[in-house]
Amino acid sequence: MGNWVVNHWFSALFLAVWLGLNVFLFVDAFLKYEKADKYFYTREILGPSLACARASALCLNFNSMLILLPVCRNLLSFLRGTCSFCSRTLRKQLDHNLTFHKLVAYMICLHTAIHIIAHLFNFHRYSRTRQATDGSLASILSGLSHGEKEGGSWLNPIQSPDMTVEYVTFTSIAGLTGVIMTIALILMVTSATKFMRRSYFEVFWYTHHLFVFYILGLAIHGIGGIVRGQTEESMNENHPHECAESFQKWDDHDSHCRSPQFEGHPPESWKWILAPVILYIFERILRFYRSQQKVVITKVVMHPSKVLELQMNKRGFSMEVGQYIFVNCPSISLLEWHPFTLTSAPEEDFFSIHVRAAGDWTENLIRAFEQQDSSIPRIEVDGPFGTVSEDVFQYEVAMLVGAGIGVTPFASILKSIWYKFQHGDHDLKTQKIYFYWICRETGAFSWFNDLLTSLEQEMEELGKVGFLNYRLFLTGWDSNIAGHAALNFDKATDIVTGLKQKTSFGRPMWDNEFSTIATSHPKSVVGVFLCGPQTLAKSLRKCCHRYSSLDPRKVQFYFNKENF
Amino acid sequence: MGQIEWAMWANEQALASGLILITGGIVATAGQFTQWYFGAYSIAAGVFVCLLEYPRGKRAKGSTMERCGQRYMTAVVKLFGPLTRNYYIRAVLHLLLSVPAGFLLATILGTACLAIASGIYLLAAVRGEQWTPIEPASPREGGMAGRAHHQHRPSNPPPRPPAEARKKARATAGGSPRAAPRPTRVPVTDEVV
Repeated sequence: MGNWVVNHWFSALFLAVWLGLNVFLFVDAFLKYEKADKYFYTREILGPSLACARASALCLNFNSMLILLPVCRNLLSFLRGTCSFCSRTLRKQLDHNLTFHKLVAYMICLHTAIHIIAHLFNFHRYSRTRQATDGSLASILSGLSHGEKEGGSWLNPIQSPDMTVEYVTFTSIAGLTGVIMTIALILMVTSATKFMRRSYFEVFWYTHHLFVFYILGLAIHGIGGIVRGQTEESMNENHPHECAESFQKWDDHDSHCRSPQFEGHPPESWKWILAPVILYIFERILRFYRSQQKVVITKVVMHPSKVLELQMNKRGFSMEVGQYIFVNCPSISLLEWHPFTLTSAPEEDFFSIHVRAAGDWTENLIRAFEQQDSSIPRIEVDGPFGTVSEDVFQYEVAMLVGAGIGVTPFASILKSIWYKFQHGDHDLKTQKIYFYWICRETGAFSWFNDLLTSLEQEMEELGKVGFLNYRLFLTGWDSNIAGHAALNFDKATDIVTGLKQKTSFGRPMWDNEFSTIATSHPKSVVGVFLCGPQTLAKSLRKCCHRYSSLDPRKVQFYFNKENF
Repeated sequence: MGQIEWAMWANEQALASGLILITGGIVATAGQFTQWYFGAYSIAAGVFVCLLEYPRGKRAKGSTMERCGQRYMTAVVKLFGPLTRNYYIRAVLHLLLSVPAGFLLATILGTACLAIASGIYLLAAVRGEQWTPIEPASPREGGMAGRAHHQHRPSNPPPRPPAEARKKARATAGGSPRAAPRPTRVPVTDEVV
């Protein structure tokens, strides 16, 4: 528990502040509409559901403002870059942008439910008092100045007793936009479940653009001014505390109470969402502008296990280690952008990605490049965007774990190290790197065979054999491979990869690894970086907590995960 | 977009619609709104839709994530054979179920969502998709991963060097008994977790 707090205190604080603000706004608006005199007569008809609806509306405004911000990746990259002097903890928060986006979305769904249920009660009560003929205060209020709807001082939006609530809903701006917004929200949510995102990314991507209807609907939702309160001057002529009892005698020439006048207030949602919408529009323009810049493909390599390597050039493109780009191929799909980690080092004069066939789009891309006769398809690139891998060189000791294609960000890092040592850059903060590559098939190793071979050589030449400690794990082994390996045990190089470092079979035993590292570096801060599946993240996170010592001066493991 | 199984999205949408129908129905019934009996219907329809849609069908390609505890409902849904397998029938069924809820404002959202789900099911049916139940996990066969023994301990003994190497080792070790003469140069480290 102690370790969890040390590693996550900033996230916990951030979430606590966000939840606290939500609660505060809800309670504040609720009390305002429940207690204010201005809404006394409105409450007479509607009861507490008025306050519920308004309170949830305020929370909806607040969360709708927040929801667009975490997905402005250019803005986040910019913040990351300018905040390089900020502590690691603050910048790590920016990696959780998608998680925050989802949390805000859940909150929007919750408040939408509260808001709709409260308004259902409101409409029901308005309709009931409209039809009531019992001469109660509520029915008198409902009947006020229903003749002159335009600019009139009416309270009940339901004009005549035969008007149904369904009619009012679909003919008022508030009702219609409400229905459209809610349906858009529901469609967005059902296509964005984890199952849908992992299995059919395109459905999620396209359907999520329904948010435009949500935002537009929200902006004009309050135009009709259906929520009515008493006007200022009416409060002078008819203060509820004095005149509510004598409602039968309003407007009689001997009573000093006139009929109350009501007004709606102007829409305020647009004030909340204007700035984020402008930021997001700017973000999309920026993405479009960057995508229009010409990308020149300098080299195409087809690796086994259906992996395509693309080396490209773009004017003005500069990257840091482990960043990622979004790639679009108009001949395959006009609107889809897919993220890929850069596998080249900043020191090289090109940038490259390795694409594995994992779905519709990637398979089409590989097929398009496989065809020798047709011309090379055009590629558009947006980015680069920063992720945690940039932080690798901030740690004295770094543990890099890549599963399968997840090794890509670390390829970039290792290449960068190669160049740094080539150029004699010896003031790296990083003293030792432990690199774990977990793979299912032997063909996968060939991607970075060259890289690892040359790294082995360079380390030997420079006498820095201890700097990079890497282990490869083959999880998809069978008795044939194992037999072959045992037969050739005493060979100097590994039969699978040709490297001096022998391939291990099966999965790493993390407890052993962590305890070994903790013992060898008792006073260091160790950064653990993973690009791989969720289950592996869980085990690594557990180990980080278990092997970090409670004393902040002793060994500390910080866990960082790539997420897309 | 070629490989999208629309039925999967229709399933998520229909499940959500079921929940919305139930909620709207409860609000209408509890609040005793006018014509609240439509609300009562909506609760019943919502429960039925949720039960029908809870078991996720098997994807044609790739592995499917089961919903928690869905195998009980899978068994029931399987019983109806073609009625539940065919998506045309489901599309029509959902459309018909959604209509009565459309008469009440509290449940009209459920109607809209279920009608949309019905439309997506129609699209799925036109593209020839079918509901296949997810059977309980059977041992996987075929493929490299299938032959891998990392799921359970290997049943074969560790591989031994060929006969000549064994004879040589036996000679140098001064004739040890037949039980697996492992040359001391081969420490067997069990990396399998």
